[in-house]
Amino acid sequence: MPENNLSTANAETIISITGMHKWFGDFHVLKDIDLEVKQGERIVICGPSGSGKSTLIRCINRLEEHQQGTIVVDGTELTQDLKNIEIIRSEVGMVFQQFNLFPHLTVLENLTLAPIWVRKTPKAEAEEMAMQYLERVKIPEQSKKYPGQLSGGQQQRVAIARSLCMNPRIMLFDEPTSALDPEMIKEVLDVMIELAESGMTMLVVTHEMGFATAVAHRVIFMDGGEIIEANDPDNFFNNPQNDRTKLFLSQILQH
Amino acid sequence: MPLEQKKYPVGAHPDLPPPVSTTGPLAWIKTNLFSSPLNTALTILSLWLLWTIVPPFINWVFLESIWDAADRKDCWAQMPNPREGACWAFIIGSFEFFVYGWYPDTEKWRVNLSFIILIFAIVGVLKEKLPGKKYWLLFAGAFPFIAAWLLLGGFGLKEVETSKIGGILLTVIIGITGISFSLPIGIVLALGRRSKMPALSSVCVIFIEFIRGVPLITLLFVASTMLTYFLPPGSTFDLLMRVLIMVTLFQSAYIAEIVRGGLQGLSQGQYEAADSLGLNYWKAHRLIILPQALKISIPPIVNTFISLFKDTTLVLIIGMMDIVGLGRARLNDPYWLGLAGELYLFIAIFFFICCFSMSRYSINLENKLSTGRRD
Ligand SMILES: Nc1ncnc2c1ncn2[C@@H]1O[C@H](COP(=O)(O)OP(=O)(O)OP(=O)(O)O)[C@@H](O)[C@H]1O
Ligand SMILES: [Mg+2]
Repeated sequence: MPENNLSTANAETIISITGMHKWFGDFHVLKDIDLEVKQGERIVICGPSGSGKSTLIRCINRLEEHQQGTIVVDGTELTQDLKNIEIIRSEVGMVFQQFNLFPHLTVLENLTLAPIWVRKTPKAEAEEMAMQYLERVKIPEQSKKYPGQLSGGQQQRVAIARSLCMNPRIMLFDEPTSALDPEMIKEVLDVMIELAESGMTMLVVTHEMGFATAVAHRVIFMDGGEIIEANDPDNFFNNPQNDRTKLFLSQILQH
Repeated sequence: MPLEQKKYPVGAHPDLPPPVSTTGPLAWIKTNLFSSPLNTALTILSLWLLWTIVPPFINWVFLESIWDAADRKDCWAQMPNPREGACWAFIIGSFEFFVYGWYPDTEKWRVNLSFIILIFAIVGVLKEKLPGKKYWLLFAGAFPFIAAWLLLGGFGLKEVETSKIGGILLTVIIGITGISFSLPIGIVLALGRRSKMPALSSVCVIFIEFIRGVPLITLLFVASTMLTYFLPPGSTFDLLMRVLIMVTLFQSAYIAEIVRGGLQGLSQGQYEAADSLGLNYWKAHRLIILPQALKISIPPIVNTFISLFKDTTLVLIIGMMDIVGLGRARLNDPYWLGLAGELYLFIAIFFFICCFSMSRYSINLENKLSTGRRD
């Protein structure tokens, strides 16, 4: 079980979002978001569908562009400057609901592509590192296969390893287990818990409340594009303050 | 119905051969050729057609044909009945002319050399796992320029006017130029059309839609006549060059639309995954997006290449002498007058071999590139 009461107070701030707004056309999808994330902190984001969870974490690596406010990641502010965006993207790993592996490349090539082309790591070194991460996600024997030949759970573990190969300082997860069959969810969550234990800064959009309780320092509840409530898992689940949080929790805990 | 079925203990059933009535040549004939009265009628009709067409054809092409003769009279003199067989001596005698056109005799080695390097360039591009693949590709990229120098001369080689080029040489020049330049231009146009920059994308859209809205033959007429109005007076701009440009532009527009289709077939997730790993636009396209988009596009791309290759014969209309043009000119030669059957069969075989190999290669490539199930 990872250390839950990490003294985040005196850790360095790695993501700092202040007064951030985003619109899709006229639709105000994120409203006045303020969020500080400390180095090593693990945050679980939950909320009803359409509340803006994905959009929020996608703003952090500029898959979506915000229109107002500031986002500073690891000391670099996200602006139109493409160089900054590339720097931030190479420091921030992202895992998607649909895995998004590159189907035309083998597992090993999926893992070594970014280190070779972005970090300029020599091929042999990149492959060695990739094999280490494949060991860590427990599928080294699949390295020569193509993504289409793997199960969903295996693909998602490859996707996690692919992000880790860039040695990111932050990992973003957008519902990493939602597209998986129940028996595969655990194998992916195990990998994520192991990653949490290693001290990675993680922002995870998920409805796996067991994972939140076990791993998160903070649980954030979003609704209608706003952060409604943020608290440590214990208080969040047992003592929710906002009515909307209570309603949401009662709905998801029914299942 | 089998009368008795032998029973085996549960779990010990051996593999048995299938019932005789469903396999074997007789069963195949029955199910495929005579399964119904209509099917039987069609089978008999087809057999009758084959019987009336194939033996005379074989007779004409092979059995009664003459391969060595001075002219058509000589050909017919060698047959029991005049015109009963093909006079292949016509094709053999004209073969050199059909291949090189009016290219000067002393310089023909340059054409041969170009064909040989062309083969190396094609192998260099198409063959996977070639040692030094990068240099092969560079070489193939340089090929059109090397070939242009070899064929047209200059820089130490005797200059040959483009009007001397004809026949298969001309057909291949137009085909290869169109194919090799239209692919990169088409890809750039497709990317441009999808660009977020409105100016760039509208230029690409206008270009593509304009070209696709106009028949190739019109563009060729533009090339042969109108282009001279736009050029500064007195400047000469070679007709072959103009035709090559038009054919390439025409082809590029089609390739662009095919590649755009391929790009649209990719999920947004592929772009996002590439972005999230820190790959910039060019790297993402080169390593992730285009390989997949082009893979989906191989069959339609090869398809347009095949049509282009056949459409090169249209240059005949603006007075360029490709293989069809030369052949027709030769038909008027008093010595070989009227041997149209032989000529067109030869031309058909030439085009068939070229197009069929392209088609086989594309099937081969598709199989090689398929990687497990798609999701
Ligand atoms: N590219 C887009 N253009 C327009 N609207 C969008 C776009 N992407 C998302 N939206 C809208 O923004 C809102 C928030 O979307 P988002 O994907 O962030 O929600 P979410 O909280 O992740 O929901 P879910 O749990 O369903 O994934 C939704 O109403 C969605 O329809
Ligand atoms: Mg979402």
